[in-house]
Amino acid sequence: MSLKAFDYESLNENVKNCQYAVRGELYLRASELQKEGKKIIFTNVGNPHALGQKPLTFPRQVVALCQAPFLLDHPNVGMLFPEDAIARAKHYLSYTSGGLGAYSDSRGLPGVRKEVAEFIEQRDGYPSDPELIFLTDGASKGVMQILNCIISDQKDGILVPVPQYPLYSATISLLGGTLVPYYLEETEDWGLDVHNLRQSVAQARSQGVTVKAMVIINPGNPTGQCLSIANLQEILRFCYDERLALLGDEVYQQNIYQDKHPFLSSKKVLMDMGAPISKEVQLVSFHTVSKGYWGECGQRGGYFEMTNIPPKTVEEIYKISSIALSPNVPAQIFMGLMVSPPKPGDISYDLFVSESKGILESLRRRAKIMTDGFNSCKNVVCNFTEGAMYSFPQIKLPSKAIQTAILAGKVPDVFYCLKLLEATGISTVPGSGFGQKEGVFHLRTTILPAEEEMPEIMESFKKFNDEFMSQYGFITT
Amino acid sequence: MRRFLASQAKGLVDQTRRHHHKSRLFLSPLPSLSSPPLPNPARSPLVSLSRFLSSTSDMSASDSTSSLPVTLDNINPKVLKCEYAVRGEIVNIAQKLQEDLKTNKDAYPFDEIIYCNIGNPQSLGQLPIRFFREVLALCDHTSLLDESETHGLFSTDAIDRAWKILDTIPGRATGAYSHSQGIKGLRDTIAAGIEARDGFPADPNDIFLTDGASPAVHMMMQLLLSSEKDGILCPIPQYPLYSASIALHGGSLVPYYLDEATGWGLEISDLKKQLEEARSKGITVRALVVINPGNPTGQVLGEENQRDIVNFCKQEGLVLLADEVYQENVYVPDKKFHSFKKVARSLGHGEKDFALVSFQSVSKGYYGECGKRGGYMEVTGFTSDVREQIYKMASVNLCSNISGQILASLVMSPPKPGDDSYDSYMAERDGILSSMAKRAKTLEEALNNLEGLTCNRAEGAMYLFPQIKLPQKAIEAAEAAKTAPDAFYCKRLLNATGIVVVPGSGFGQVPGTWHFRCTILPQEDKIPAIVNRLTEFHKSFMDEFRE
Repeated sequence: MSLKAFDYESLNENVKNCQYAVRGELYLRASELQKEGKKIIFTNVGNPHALGQKPLTFPRQVVALCQAPFLLDHPNVGMLFPEDAIARAKHYLSYTSGGLGAYSDSRGLPGVRKEVAEFIEQRDGYPSDPELIFLTDGASKGVMQILNCIISDQKDGILVPVPQYPLYSATISLLGGTLVPYYLEETEDWGLDVHNLRQSVAQARSQGVTVKAMVIINPGNPTGQCLSIANLQEILRFCYDERLALLGDEVYQQNIYQDKHPFLSSKKVLMDMGAPISKEVQLVSFHTVSKGYWGECGQRGGYFEMTNIPPKTVEEIYKISSIALSPNVPAQIFMGLMVSPPKPGDISYDLFVSESKGILESLRRRAKIMTDGFNSCKNVVCNFTEGAMYSFPQIKLPSKAIQTAILAGKVPDVFYCLKLLEATGISTVPGSGFGQKEGVFHLRTTILPAEEEMPEIMESFKKFNDEFMSQYGFITT
Repeated sequence: MRRFLASQAKGLVDQTRRHHHKSRLFLSPLPSLSSPPLPNPARSPLVSLSRFLSSTSDMSASDSTSSLPVTLDNINPKVLKCEYAVRGEIVNIAQKLQEDLKTNKDAYPFDEIIYCNIGNPQSLGQLPIRFFREVLALCDHTSLLDESETHGLFSTDAIDRAWKILDTIPGRATGAYSHSQGIKGLRDTIAAGIEARDGFPADPNDIFLTDGASPAVHMMMQLLLSSEKDGILCPIPQYPLYSASIALHGGSLVPYYLDEATGWGLEISDLKKQLEEARSKGITVRALVVINPGNPTGQVLGEENQRDIVNFCKQEGLVLLADEVYQENVYVPDKKFHSFKKVARSLGHGEKDFALVSFQSVSKGYYGECGKRGGYMEVTGFTSDVREQIYKMASVNLCSNISGQILASLVMSPPKPGDDSYDSYMAERDGILSSMAKRAKTLEEALNNLEGLTCNRAEGAMYLFPQIKLPQKAIEAAEAAKTAPDAFYCKRLLNATGIVVVPGSGFGQVPGTWHFRCTILPQEDKIPAIVNRLTEFHKSFMDEFRE
């Protein structure tokens, strides 16, 4: 008899080929060690609440009330909830037909999408159409949906930054497409060189690949760089010249830790460039409730906004959304609250602002503590985290370490990270999970551990690194 | 939303016309563009997909200059190929009518749209189970648990359950990504619930919590389908998630027909026949989908039938994909839900020799929490290296939404006798289920009273799927309007009554037969008006088109 469906050999090759290191080998080993009783510091995922960041109070109050609307009728509800949370719960419930338990429109509640459009318009200064905004169960689902639309087979290529967040490589793999890498320049603060882009595209085309779209992650993950306006303009012009769609992953737009490069949305820069570029470049922008100062990863709330996408294509994307029926409604309310937070004068405003500022200012401080900490270590060089939630130090591994790793059947940065984990409990993701230049090694850690624990964590890392470098010999840089 | 023919589909329509009776243009959700012509047109399973425009100007596939990167010409053809009628054309028309009704009430013979197209109970007035919502609210806003006033607003056992759940979540952080299979403690609860239901143990490591059951189905299709040479046996009629998902993942749908004359019975002989026919065409059939209770057909399988199905899968080396999302919706005393896991284990098939994936959801039952997107699949009978692949796929999306995970655990372990909320919970539950049974019966009888309509009883699930014997004149009028006959009927119904149903072609049906799917979900007080309007409309439709 032939192979059975679930025999390993029968499985879809695309599934077997796809990799997602963020929850791969290191994470699994860390989980094992945790079960054995070792204290693990999980810095492998941008998961703020798991590391002690508290949820913002106001949204949780509103969603709890939406979850249990019978509370709204109770005479004592005012003792547990402020008036503005009560009003806001009623407001969001009025957007639904039947509350949180009914499927919404497959694109998301029209009322919430309208609020998202208003937010975008306020942010960018250009009108935004709610009909072109689709809410999704997290931004990842939106990315997968859009990539599914444009990848038919191996001949379709997607330009992806290296290093990148491996959702892109994993999804392209699953869909049977081709990842066309473009390298970010570590020595230029992870900047983007259009020359590199052009080379990558030319090479792909010479191999018979049709490059369909370009992904930018801004602020970057794992690299944290915030693109300058010049860079964004170059990218948009490049997409226009080469007839590429642009996929703008902007989920970290609230996480900015320096003033030189504020966040600029791809849409705003595109519109500012005027016709014909502003009318021709096809752009999809992604955002989420998982990052920023909200950190509501577990809600799975996100959206994408389409610009210059033909109406019939929008219909097809709507059709695919409808198969999943609707994104989860509680997260849609989180999204509404994120784009329309409490305003000055609202009862909850002061608390909301102090909680938000507290988180952002602490993230800014932690970004610096971590960067400086890494830079003070032997053979470690680390670019400053301009934005997002990660630090991506380069570890200059001595050749003895590399050899030992290879003999042990491990990729060198995996080897280093496993040793780090076992010595200190710090669970990171090896740079190979994100892509890097040949022979250059990194690891990604988040800047999310509690501020009070940071100094100890950096000490612990430094001690391990010193010992590792002594054991495996110095290299002169 | 207008639909139009992509050039491939158009070619297939032409091909279809050559092989089938000329006056019968029909729609079917079954993809497989590469299928060769079949010998028996009356039961030809692999029918091409086609949709018709209302205006010829929409016939062209490309709508913009070809220099743009993303146009209809070059998007993934699998996306173009797949269809999902539950939220398709009819619903779009209904939404437009609903908008217009707001300002133009007098233009219509009805004053509201009643959506009977989708199993979305709470949108039609069904209330959520209070205990569940109390626990969820407390988990959403955990500081409530520190306030003394909370005891005045929440029941004691809800508070206890919230504490218990939060203790299984590291840091009580409900806003954090969890383990990619879902929070371990919740999976423990679900496994215990499965064991209590079946009398056979369940392993929490076999459970994958997902954003509704649908993403879990997609994951399985992704895993099993590498190309069009991989096939999945699906019931016809089926819930079109299956056909859509198979199309999206580039596989082939291998249909097996449920027998309308015997209450939508499943014949193993037909399964075998379809399997062999597919294999003879070079298709490797990987799995069998069974929806029990059925959607749209509502039948509840008998245990013996289930045993035959399990043995069939074992013999033929197929994975059994058991969609059991309606397991709590059984309305007839002579039938009972038995999970396929229980049936397989009762036959002595364990996890070393029988591959089974069982799907459950929080969207149906008596809880009807569609908007929460909660569900899980229990995967048993495969090697650890395959399990790793499934885990890997789940990890790319990080995890499903936490609130939905919590709800899934509540659904699988509701209040027990002695709990504070038990009595009120049981009253809510029984109230909803008995009302559904009543509405199912009322609507079924009303439909059977209509000329040319026959309707099998809804033994379970949430739908009625009557067959309409459309007069030839109506079929011709449909053709002239470039619409499938059942869609023609449904559109007329919508425009005359405001009632939204889904044409049978959205689910698949024996060629030449016509059906529509109607939910049993409008509240009891609306049912008489629905019955009256439907009856009146049907009579005038038949008067117009009778031979």
